[in-house]
Amino acid sequence: MDHIIKTENLSKEFRTPFTFKKIKALTDLCLEITPGEVFGFLGPNGAGKTTTFKLLLGLLKPSRGKVWLWGEELKKIELKSKIGFLAENPYFYSYLKAKEYLHFCRHLFALTSQESKKRVDALLELVGLPEHKNRLIKTFSKGMLQRLGLAQALINDPELLILDEPMSGLDPLGRKEIRDVILDLKNKGKTIIFSTHILSDVETVCDRVGIIIKGILKDCGLLEHLLNPKIKFFEMCVKGLPIETVHNLEGQGLNLIKRGNEIFIRVEEKEEKNLLHYLLEKGGELVSFAPRKETLEDLYVNEIKSENHHENLGFGN
Amino acid sequence: MKIWALAINTFREAIRDKVLYSLIFFAVLMIGLSVILDNLTIGEPTKIIKDFGLASIEIFGVLIAIFVGIGLVYKEMERKTIYNILSKPIHRYQFIIGKYLGLILTLLVEVLTMSMAFFSILYFYEGKITLALLPAIGMIFIALTIITAFALLFSSFSTPILSGLFTLSFFIIGHLTPDLLALGKKADSQTLRYITKALYYIFPNLEYFNIKGQVVHQLPLEKGYLFFASLYGLFYILIILLLSMVIFQNRDIK
Repeated sequence: MDHIIKTENLSKEFRTPFTFKKIKALTDLCLEITPGEVFGFLGPNGAGKTTTFKLLLGLLKPSRGKVWLWGEELKKIELKSKIGFLAENPYFYSYLKAKEYLHFCRHLFALTSQESKKRVDALLELVGLPEHKNRLIKTFSKGMLQRLGLAQALINDPELLILDEPMSGLDPLGRKEIRDVILDLKNKGKTIIFSTHILSDVETVCDRVGIIIKGILKDCGLLEHLLNPKIKFFEMCVKGLPIETVHNLEGQGLNLIKRGNEIFIRVEEKEEKNLLHYLLEKGGELVSFAPRKETLEDLYVNEIKSENHHENLGFGN
Repeated sequence: MKIWALAINTFREAIRDKVLYSLIFFAVLMIGLSVILDNLTIGEPTKIIKDFGLASIEIFGVLIAIFVGIGLVYKEMERKTIYNILSKPIHRYQFIIGKYLGLILTLLVEVLTMSMAFFSILYFYEGKITLALLPAIGMIFIALTIITAFALLFSSFSTPILSGLFTLSFFIIGHLTPDLLALGKKADSQTLRYITKALYYIFPNLEYFNIKGQVVHQLPLEKGYLFFASLYGLFYILIILLLSMVIFQNRDIK
């Protein structure tokens, strides 16, 4: 078995109520996720990420196309025993306590062993909620709900994790903790597909990335293949420059930002050496100097811009 | 096991819901009030208590069946809690059965609580436990399970307000179906006769489960009546649940 997830021309259309107008949520998605890989699914709101996940889980029925999990069609419900799912802004039964909810989830997987009972406490520990295990879920903050969501997704020790915006609603520390959990799962050989808006998380965690816009997968591949390896520009930071030199640089139309006595300058390739000599001659002290390649953010923003441009020209659907 | 987990969770939700307590409180209060009415009535003692008590058990049972039943599936969809259920190895039919059994369990507890209050009051007046009333309570319970099945059916594709209206309509029509048949028999038009007969078989005959009068007045029931009424109820519930499952199976969980 080569793929854990395989989709072929997976499409979903919805009809608006009353007018029955067709809305394309996902169009011809062909995706292959191999065992042990971490796949980042990027796209703006309403791009079709959640729709894809729901189709993978059988919550929605495809309008067209097929889904295979572990080489089998999704009709076999047992396949879901190997999946952990975290929904976007997860919702839980507010009348339950965190521990009760995880035990409930355990029973939905028909896990009755002593180990599975112990796993509930271990998971609450893992996601940083051990002291809140007997608190009603309705008193939980957004971040705590997200953590509980991750715990319930891991209750069956899944082989495949589908995480819809796992970092949403978390503070920086919480984000780091969840990212560490994902990295740990990756090291344990789990296959993970997750959507996010936070591009730095994708760069840190993912092996491969897919960019989806308006229901169409625009780019998909290894990060190093998707991003242009060429240097785009250089960024340098210099301090202690005389004011007239700064005015002179501004007069030349250079892209610079002043912060205290430090000046950040962005300069095109091939001009960086001359500029650096000039600044040092004028008494400047170099703080930092770095080449900038295309980042995931650049790629992501460019894709969205080009899609919008395409649509403005009248090529959109 | 999985169905049981879903049922227990539904039961727990109902139990932790304050609405249920207030309904049971009012039901017990109604049974208590029947004592006052009984004192004001001339004739057979405790008859009013029995009439009033049984009616209270039924009416409050229906209210709970409708109020809780109409939200069974809809609330899960609306609050998106269903994502975490159906993304796990749960068949949709298991979800429907689990939800249904959870509410049946709730109704069982509710009927038992009210019956205990009812029998306690009767014991206080008569000095004995009138077990002859049990079949009437049993039949009320079966009628409640049919109404719950309807509430669940409507909840699987409609909003709570509409589901509530539909279920209430079925409850009222269910008590009028014998009249529907009688109307057909008197009608001159053959078509009308067919229509009334068809409607008679489509709608549940809830009057079948109304043996309060016979029990209170100690009138004999036909032999096998309780068995066949229960069988009819079970058959009806199975059909409604099957219909709910078919509808729910094909729904997109948006």
